[in-house]
Amino acid sequence: MDMNLALFLTQLLNGVQLGLILFLLSSGLTLVFGVLNFVNLAHGAFYMLGAFLTAAVALATGSFLVGIVAAALLTAVLAAIVEGTIARALYHRAHLEQVLATFGLLLCAQTAVHYLYGPSGLTVPLPDWLQGFVSLGAITLPTYRLFIVVFGILLAIVLWFVMAKTRAGMIIRASATNRVMAESLGIETQAVFTGLFGAGAVLAAIAGGLIAPITGASINMGGPAVILAFVVIIIGGLGSVRGAFAAAMIVGLIDTLGRAYLTSVLATIFAPKMASTAGPALASILIYAIMAVVLAFKPEGLFPPASR
Amino acid sequence: MTQPAPLMPSPKAQTKSFISPSVFGVLILAGVLWILPFVFLSIGQAFLVDALLRAVILAIAAVSLNFLAFTGGMVSFGHAAFVGIGAYSVGICDHYGISNGFFQLAISLGVSGVFAFVTGTLALRTKGVQFIMITLAFSQIVYYVMLGLDEYGSDDGLIINSSSYFHVIDLSNKTSLYWVALAVLFAQIALFRCLNRSRFGLVLAAADESERRVRSSGLDIFRYKLVAYVLAGMLASLSGVLYANLTGFITPELMDWTQSGDLLFIVTLGGMGTMSAPVVGSAFFVSLEEALSALTIYWHFWFGLILIAVVLFGIERLKRLALEFSGRLR
Repeated sequence: MDMNLALFLTQLLNGVQLGLILFLLSSGLTLVFGVLNFVNLAHGAFYMLGAFLTAAVALATGSFLVGIVAAALLTAVLAAIVEGTIARALYHRAHLEQVLATFGLLLCAQTAVHYLYGPSGLTVPLPDWLQGFVSLGAITLPTYRLFIVVFGILLAIVLWFVMAKTRAGMIIRASATNRVMAESLGIETQAVFTGLFGAGAVLAAIAGGLIAPITGASINMGGPAVILAFVVIIIGGLGSVRGAFAAAMIVGLIDTLGRAYLTSVLATIFAPKMASTAGPALASILIYAIMAVVLAFKPEGLFPPASR
Repeated sequence: MTQPAPLMPSPKAQTKSFISPSVFGVLILAGVLWILPFVFLSIGQAFLVDALLRAVILAIAAVSLNFLAFTGGMVSFGHAAFVGIGAYSVGICDHYGISNGFFQLAISLGVSGVFAFVTGTLALRTKGVQFIMITLAFSQIVYYVMLGLDEYGSDDGLIINSSSYFHVIDLSNKTSLYWVALAVLFAQIALFRCLNRSRFGLVLAAADESERRVRSSGLDIFRYKLVAYVLAGMLASLSGVLYANLTGFITPELMDWTQSGDLLFIVTLGGMGTMSAPVVGSAFFVSLEEALSALTIYWHFWFGLILIAVVLFGIERLKRLALEFSGRLR
């Protein structure tokens, strides 16, 4: 097979993999916003904690999967504590106050992790069966990236099933659409909120745990991640899981392909030196530019939820 | 803003007819800031003058954000981008050997104005969370562009060899830099005070309260908001010009999203009272930063906790508690 095509397919897989990680990260964020009208920058802290806890447990037990599960459980506990003590008091506050308080939470979490694990972060070893490459016909793909794609798609299907087909999903959708009506029908909305906040945090922690073997766990990974997740859910339409999925895929693919090809595309038009300077800079702002274009034409995002 | 607007005049409108105490407050503040450097130097604490200068420069950026957020209801999470544009206007001019301060100033105001016009046109189509996040995204664009340009130092930063040259005023001298910063700060406070009382400010404040009512009286709110956004952005870039002259070294970190968060924190710390409140806010912010970072390298943890406390309990209540506490100690 053509070398270029093989490379393109590999980049495509990387794009899908980034998209799925972004979806895990942003689905919780968009649900929490949709139901609670709560801007949560601390969502990035759960992503970072997920990466560190996965790394620490995987290093201690020697099992990556045990690491992911332990990180998910520990984050659920932490999220329940944060929801009960701080987040709950912020639901009815102005967005500015929510942004500031959760920014403070993110700072606390980053510094705590810095204190516990040192400034250089942790690296996560992969088990043998996830290392190496898989041959699919003429192309070979890294096993671990394929694993993330399969795992991510499975989680996305589970999430869709829970939201669309189960009683719990119906209750969440009811609370999101009309809280007062849901309460008058006997739904304990506070319990729904705690559960939702926790579930969102667990999804973020799983995303962090999955990305850790590729990028390592680092203190400053939370901030950029939550900004990216906000870009995703704003493109997708705040509160819409379907929108978050579509936008995560768009952002993941465009970001990956932009980084891979923009420099060489520019080199066909401009001087090589200029292209190699402008290429990486342009690639990193591509998704923000897309967000600006989407909002210019659809201020509510691509798939705004029907009503609130 | 779906709930009906109250029939009684809001507290915002009432404070507007309340002139003398706040003018008095501003004058006292100006006096204190005028004297402080002499006090610091006479007790041999020159580093405090640096901290003070940093507070004044931060306050310059915070005053315009205060106007945007509290008069215009536009909570921008990307105000640090304008500070960065100001700083890099000085840095990039200097990189090409241009130290003419008037030229640098023109570039800074021009670029920040155009940037604010373009991003404001797009951002003001949204409101609420979308506005917070789209302004954040635009500031990330500037941040990543400067991070990507190796020519201007990328993340290693850019050293500024000579300070901006303004004929008679020598900005390489810390004292004169301080007087200039102070003059810029209080000129801005006066300007925003006038704007708050003008028709322009009243329309903005009214639109924040009930956009529908203002729109139905035939006013094009978008245009008012855009003018406010561009003006605030241009004035914030002055903070960056002064900052570049203070440090002589700039990095893209200057427009990192956390810097925009710090500016919002300063504005909140000041409380939403007068136009000079952000000055108190930034003085408190810089003192907090200096004090905590002297105690421990893990100071961000305590800083984060204070941020959470300020939001949860409210700045007014915390001030009262602190006063009661100090009263009991006495």
